[in-house]
Amino acid sequence: METLTDKNIKELQVKANDIRKSILEMLYLAGSGHTAGSLGMTDIFTYLYFNAIKHRPKDPFWIERDRLVLSNGHICPVLYATMAHAGYFDKSELKTLRKFGSRLQGHPHREFLPMLETSSGPLGEGLSQSVGMAIISKMDNGIDKKIYCLAGDGELNEGQNWEAIMLAAKHKLNNLILIVDRNFIQINGSTEIVMPLGDLLSKFKSFEWNGEQIDGNDFVQINRAIYNAKNEKDKPYVIIAKTIPCKGIKEWEGNYKWHGKTPNKEEYEMAMKELEALDENIK
Amino acid sequence: MLNQNIKLNTKVFNSDVEKKSTRLGFGEGLLQAGIENDNVVALCSDLKDPTKLNLFADKFPNRYIEMGIAEQNMASVASGMASMGKIPFIASFAIFNPGRNWEQIRTTICYNNQPVKIVSSHSGTAVGPDGGSHQCLEDLALTRVLPNMVVISPCDAIEARKATIAMSKTKNPTYLRCTRNDTPLITTNETPFEIGKAQIVFKPENGLSQVGIIATGPVLYDALIAAKKLGDSSIKVKVMNISTIKPLDKEAIISLAKETKNIITIEDHQITGGMGSTVAECLSEFYPTKIIFMGINDSFGQSGEPNELARHYKIDTESIVDTVIKNIK
Repeated sequence: METLTDKNIKELQVKANDIRKSILEMLYLAGSGHTAGSLGMTDIFTYLYFNAIKHRPKDPFWIERDRLVLSNGHICPVLYATMAHAGYFDKSELKTLRKFGSRLQGHPHREFLPMLETSSGPLGEGLSQSVGMAIISKMDNGIDKKIYCLAGDGELNEGQNWEAIMLAAKHKLNNLILIVDRNFIQINGSTEIVMPLGDLLSKFKSFEWNGEQIDGNDFVQINRAIYNAKNEKDKPYVIIAKTIPCKGIKEWEGNYKWHGKTPNKEEYEMAMKELEALDENIK
Repeated sequence: MLNQNIKLNTKVFNSDVEKKSTRLGFGEGLLQAGIENDNVVALCSDLKDPTKLNLFADKFPNRYIEMGIAEQNMASVASGMASMGKIPFIASFAIFNPGRNWEQIRTTICYNNQPVKIVSSHSGTAVGPDGGSHQCLEDLALTRVLPNMVVISPCDAIEARKATIAMSKTKNPTYLRCTRNDTPLITTNETPFEIGKAQIVFKPENGLSQVGIIATGPVLYDALIAAKKLGDSSIKVKVMNISTIKPLDKEAIISLAKETKNIITIEDHQITGGMGSTVAECLSEFYPTKIIFMGINDSFGQSGEPNELARHYKIDTESIVDTVIKNIK
C-alpha cells in the first residue's frame, strides 16, 4: 500500500477545503440545492479525483478511463466542484449551477454535460448502471478499469439496489467499488428512524460482497480502503464511509436540516470565514 | 384488394394462412442482429423461452446475461452497458418491461439517451388465459410519452424480425411490442420495412375509399379480413398498417384522412393514450377528421382465448365490419 505522507495529506486537505469553498459559493449563488451531503463527501471526492481514479480531465472520453458514477445525484455540487478543480472545465462555470441554460443542472444530466458518465437524481439507479459497466468491462476483457459508484445510505432504502447487489456478487465483480455515504441522515430525519439500515457491512457481506467501514473524512483511512478495494480478487467491494454532514462548518455539522437547504448571505459569510480559518490550521 | 406494390402474403385470405408469433419474429431477428454486430447483448429476467431470447442465448452464451426476476435492475444495468458501447436488448412481458421498470427506462435509458432496446413478448388481451394481470394494455401509452424513445408495434412475425434488425442499428432507445400467440403472416420477406413509415396494405380496386382503417399489431389481420368483407358489399375501404407509433408517419395519415374523411383506429391496447390517440393528436392539428377509436375502453382484461377476448372487447373482424357500416353515410 502506498502510504500517504504528511505532506500528501496536507495537500489533500487544502484541496478539499478549496473545493468546499467552491461548493459553498455555488450553493449560495444557486439559492437551492443540497449542502450537507456535498460537504460531507468532499474528502472522498478529492481523494478519488486527485489520487485514485485513472482519468484525463482534458480528454474526458478517454476510452481507458475508470468510470465514476454518482448515484445520489443531489450531491452533484461536490461532483461539479471537484471536476472543475481537477481541470475538466473552468471553475468560473460553477457559478452557473441550477441556472437556466447551465451545463450544471440541479441534478446531473449527461445530455447537458456529456463528460458525465450518467445522469442521476432519482435514487437507487446508479449501482445498477455501474454493475452494467463492470460486467461489460469484464466481458470485453480489455484494459483493467475500475468502476466506482457513490451512493447515499438513505438511498439503500430503494429495493433496486439489492437487485444490483445480488447481480454484482453473482458476477464476482471485483472491478466494482461501491462507496456508501454513511452519514445517517435522510430527508425525514435519522436513517435509523426512517428505515433502519443497521449493520450495513454485515448485510453486504451476507450478500457475498467484501468491504470495510471507515471514517470517510480521514484521508489515511480512505487511502487504505481504496487500496484494499482495488486489490480485491473475487468479490465486489463496498466501503461504508461514515461522513459528517456539512463537514467543515462546525455549527451545521450533523444537522439533517441542511440536507436540502442552502445558506443565506449571513450564513454563507460565516461559513466561508470558517473554511478560510481552516486553511491556516492545515498549514 | 391487397396492395401488392409492397409484396404482401398472397395467401393471407386463405383459411390455412401460415401463422407465427411476433415474439418468435423478434427472437429470430435478435439472433440475426447478434450475428451482424458483436456489440449486441441480451438481458433476460427469468423468461428466456417465453421471450424467445433462447435463440440468441444458445448462439451467444457469453453475450447473454441472466438478471433473475428483477426488471428494474435490468433496465438500468442495460443503460450502463450501453454507455460502454453495447446495444443491449432487454426482454420480458410488457407488464414488467416497460410496466414495472418505467421510471428506470425514463431516467437511466431515455434521459441518458442510451441505445437500449426494450422488448415485450406478451402484450394486449392476446396474452389470453393468463388473465388481466398479465395483459398489458398500457405499454404504448407509457413508452410513447418518453422523449428520445422510438415505439414499434409490428403486425406479424416477419415485420417483427425486420424491426428487430433495424432497431439494432439505430442509436435511439426503442420499444418493440410483441405478442404471445401465433398470428397470420401478412407481409413477406420482400415487403419493405422502414422505421417511421406507415403502409397501405389494402385498397379498393378502383376509386376513392369511404373509410380509412388504421391498425397496429396483429389486429391488422382482422382489419384486412373486415376490409375484404366490406369490399364484397361494395364498401370501399383502405387499411393502413402503422407499425411505428413514434415517430408517427404524419404525412401518410393526413393523406388517408384527406381521401376518406372517415378514420377508424384499431388496437389491442387502451384507447386512452394508444395508437388511436396519437393519430388523433396528428389529425386534430393538421386535418381535423372524425375518428372512431376501437380498442380496450378503460377496463382491464380477463382470462379467455384470444379470439373470445377480441370478440368481448369488440376488436374482432365482425366488430370492425359493424363499426364501418354504422359510420358510413
